[in-house]
Amino acid sequence: MSKRIDAKDVNIYYGDFRAVESVSMTIEPRSVTAFIGPSGCGKTTFLRTLNRMHEVVPGAHVEGKVELEGVDLYGPDVDPVAVRRTIGMVFQRPNPFPTMSIRDNVLAGVKLNNRRISKSDADELVESSLRGANLWSEVKDRLDKPGSGLSGGQQQRLCIARTIAVRPEVVLMDEPCSALDPISTLAIEDLIQELKKDYTIVIVTHNMQQAARVSDRTAFFNIAGTGKPGKLIEMDDTATIFSSPREKDTEDYVSGRFG
Amino acid sequence: MTITDSPPSGEAPPGPRGRVVRRRASGDTERGFSRIFRWIATGAGALILAVLAAVALFLIARGWPAITATPAELADSVPRYPDDTSLVAYVGPLVFGTLLAAVLALLLATPVGMGIALFISHYAPRRLAQGLGYLVDLLAAIPSVIYGLWGFLVLAPVLKPVWFWLGENASWFPLFAGKVSATGKSIATVAVVLAVMVLPIITAVSREVFLQTPKLHEEAALALGATRWEMVRTAVLPFGRSGVISAAMLGLGRALGETMAVLMILSPGFTYSLHLLEAGNHQTIAAYIANDFPEASGLAVNTLIATGLALFVITLAVNMLARWIVARRKEFSGAN
Ligand SMILES: Nc1ncnc2c1ncn2[C@@H]1O[C@H](COP(=O)(O)OP(=O)(O)OP(=O)(O)O)[C@@H](O)[C@H]1O
Ligand SMILES: [Mg+2]
Repeated sequence: MSKRIDAKDVNIYYGDFRAVESVSMTIEPRSVTAFIGPSGCGKTTFLRTLNRMHEVVPGAHVEGKVELEGVDLYGPDVDPVAVRRTIGMVFQRPNPFPTMSIRDNVLAGVKLNNRRISKSDADELVESSLRGANLWSEVKDRLDKPGSGLSGGQQQRLCIARTIAVRPEVVLMDEPCSALDPISTLAIEDLIQELKKDYTIVIVTHNMQQAARVSDRTAFFNIAGTGKPGKLIEMDDTATIFSSPREKDTEDYVSGRFG
Repeated sequence: MTITDSPPSGEAPPGPRGRVVRRRASGDTERGFSRIFRWIATGAGALILAVLAAVALFLIARGWPAITATPAELADSVPRYPDDTSLVAYVGPLVFGTLLAAVLALLLATPVGMGIALFISHYAPRRLAQGLGYLVDLLAAIPSVIYGLWGFLVLAPVLKPVWFWLGENASWFPLFAGKVSATGKSIATVAVVLAVMVLPIITAVSREVFLQTPKLHEEAALALGATRWEMVRTAVLPFGRSGVISAAMLGLGRALGETMAVLMILSPGFTYSLHLLEAGNHQTIAAYIANDFPEASGLAVNTLIATGLALFVITLAVNMLARWIVARRKEFSGAN
C-alpha cells in the first residue's frame, strides 16, 4: 500500500499571486523524497497541493495535474476528502487535538465519518499505530491522558501515529523535526526509515544533514527573488544532489554557500 | 503546547541574595504606569466584590423581616397571599417558573445560536459572514421592552396555531398536555420570546470562540480526511466547548432576570405545573417583583425583596455551575 505520485506542470496560486511555477516531478513509492530550498521558495505550498490541503486557504488554487498511480487528484469527480485520507500529512508544529486523550488522538481519523470500530480492534490499532510511531512504550500507561501533556517530540510522534492509523498510501511531512531537540529528531528520522517500507514519504527539511541521512531522492526548489514564483531547480538521487549536482545553484545551496 | 516546567518568568537573576531583595524593594521591576495600572486593576476587582457584597447585604437585611415572619403575618400584609403558607412554599412556584422559562429559552436558543455562529464562522462566504455578524451584534442591542411588544403583538398570534396543533396532536407528551391557552399568554410563548432575546448574545459569544479555533487543529482534522462538518466536530466544537457554555450562561443570566417581556406576555399563576401551553400557571420572580412593587408597602416589600434574594442566589448558583463545568475538563481544554 504505497503509491507513486506524478506532478505534471503544476502552478500554484494564492489569489493572483503565483507562488510556485511549473513543477513536474515523480515521487517513487516506498522511498523517501526530500524537498529542500531557501525559505519562501514554495516547498510547503507544493507539499500541500499533493493532498489537496492547499485549497483550504481562501482564494488559493492549483493548475496542472497531480496523479496518484495515474489518477488525477484534481480531476472533476475526485473528492478532496478521499484524497486526504489516502495521502496523510504531518505538520511543522505538533498538533494533537488538545481536547482528546492520547488514545482518541490516534483514533481520530479512524472515527471520522462515523465509522464504527469495535473496542478490541481499536485497542489493536492504537497499539500498532503507536508502536509504528515508536511511542508505545512511552505512553502505554497513560493512554487516557491528554495528548497535549506530552513533550514536543512525543506529540509529533503522536501526530505521526494518528496519520498512519488511517493507513494512508503516502505520508507528507513538513519540517516535522524543526520544533524538536536532536534526540527526538533522531527518533523521528529512525521512524521515517521504518515507515518507508510501507509508505511513500515526502519530507520538507531545512536541515541538509537530515535530507542526506533520511532521503533517497532530493528535490531542490529555488526562488529568483521576492514576489517571484518558486521553481523546481533539480531533482535527483540524494547522493548525486549532495556530491555532484547539475546546477550551480544547487551546489551552492547544499554546500552552504548560498546567498 | 509542551509541558511547562520552566521557572516562572520574573525570576530574579542569579546573584547575591541581598541585592536581589533590595532591587525588588526599590521597585526596580515595576514603576510608573505599570504600578498605577496594578492599583487600578486591583481597585476595580475590589469594587466589584464590594458591590456584590453590598447587594447581597441589602437583600438579606431587607428581606429578613419577611423570612422571619409567620405565615399569618404574611397573609395579613401581602396581597393575594394564601393562608397557612410558609414563605418558602410561597416563593417556590416563582423560582420554578423563573427556572422553567429560562431553561426552556436556553434549550431553544443554544442550538440555534451555535448553528448561526458556526455558519458565520465556518460556512458562510466571507462577505456574507461579515454582514451577518454585524446584524447579530445589532440584535443584541435591541431593548427588551421592544422584544416584549413584538412578542406580544406579533409572535404570540403567530405561535398560537402552533401551540394548538401541539395541544391536539402531541398532548400525550406531558409538557404539551392540558388546556391550550386561547390567548397564547403561556410560558411556552414566553420561552420563545426569551429565546429570541438571548439568541444574539449566545450567537455573538459562540462566534468569537469558534473563530479562535487554532488553524493548526482545523488543518489537522482536514488532513486526516475530515469533511467540513467532521472538522467542526473534531476541532472547532471541542475547542469552543467552554466558550459556548459561557455564552449559554450569559444567555441564561439574561433570561433569568428578564422582566418586561415576561410581564407583558405571561398571564401569571403560582403553580408547579409542567403544562407549558396553559395560561395562568406560571410567573417569574423578576416579573412578579416589577408587577407588585409599585403597590406594595410594609411587609409586602420585604417579601418582594426576599424573592429577589432567591433570584440572586439562583443566578450565582448558575454562574458557579457554569464555572465548574468549564473547569472540570480543563486538562483537556487546549489551554495547556
Ligand atoms: N496563506 C498564504 N497566503 C498567501 N501567500 C502565501 C501563503 N502561504 C505562503 N504564501 C507565499 O507563498 C510563497 C511560498 O511559501 P511557502 O510557505 O510554500 O514557502 P516554504 O518554501 O515552505 O518556506 P519555509 O522554508 O520558510 O517554510 C511565499 O512567497 C509565501 O509568502
Ligand atoms: Mg514551509
